[in-house]
Amino acid sequence: MNRILRRRIGSVLLAAVFLLSGCAAVTLEADLSLTPEMLQQRELQTRRFDTTDERRILKTCAALLQDTGFSIDESDAQLGLLTASKERDATDAAQWAVFIAGAFVGISIPPDKDQIMKALVTTRPLGSGGQQVSVRVTFERIVFDTEHRLKKIEALNEPQIYQSFFEKLSKALFLEAHDI
Amino acid sequence: MISDRLHKTSFLLLIPLLLLAGCVSTHDRLLDMDTSQVQLRSIQSRAFDTTDKEKTMRAVIATLQDLGFMIDRADYTLGVVAASKARAEAMQMPGSLRITVTVRPRGEKQLLVRANAEYQRQPVTEPKPYQNFFNSLEKAMFLDAHQVD
Repeated sequence: MNRILRRRIGSVLLAAVFLLSGCAAVTLEADLSLTPEMLQQRELQTRRFDTTDERRILKTCAALLQDTGFSIDESDAQLGLLTASKERDATDAAQWAVFIAGAFVGISIPPDKDQIMKALVTTRPLGSGGQQVSVRVTFERIVFDTEHRLKKIEALNEPQIYQSFFEKLSKALFLEAHDI
Repeated sequence: MISDRLHKTSFLLLIPLLLLAGCVSTHDRLLDMDTSQVQLRSIQSRAFDTTDKEKTMRAVIATLQDLGFMIDRADYTLGVVAASKARAEAMQMPGSLRITVTVRPRGEKQLLVRANAEYQRQPVTEPKPYQNFFNSLEKAMFLDAHQVD
């Protein structure tokens, strides 16, 4: 009886370990096939502009990113590609409060300290004659705590971020942004 | 006293062992040529009936962006796109996926697209993840991907 029980507990523990290890934030099974959520993201991050001048859009995006403090990391005009990044403070008052409260009871939860924000812009002529250009921007951030340990890597999915980016782009281009 | 000496000798023995292990693994991993490279190449490659390299590379980039990757490098002349996707959260194991895609002509009428993926710093050798990637790419290309040998 005892042996069976022990074996059962063992298998439950093993299952828990497997579940945990399968719980990685990125998996081979899930991250190389398109999901409806990914297509939703695309909609959120893409706008169309009535122009044939793809280069001009790319240049304006570069200028806009620079205006908002980004440095350009990689660009290829022929492929309609631009990547940029910036390092910023990620201090959050609430996390510091938790950290200080934790210190009193001997628990250390290091708060966020720095973050690297990344942007990826791609442009693509649409239609056979290319009368429109679609622009897609993706933002993500990498957060480190006060011990310089990696804490979080996440995609930024707030619609406001993208709305505000495209509003600024639209103003700089003197063109209206259409949803896809 | 004896155990102290034993400690020292075992430590001394350990050093050449470590050195040796270092040599072997670096040598093996630098030019990985083990499990039938031909088979792996076929898993990682697809041919498309087009000669438009720019369009193909743009489709590769668009597909990777759709999948949530960030592009690390792209070079039209060399036909190379390198991208990575990493996510980390407090209660989860951080995961990272890196992929390098090359596009080059295959004969007169086709382009060959080859993808090399790395998951958690290990090369990906099973076919399924590549199948998923090429399925996604097919949709962006509006063309069928052909298996090659």
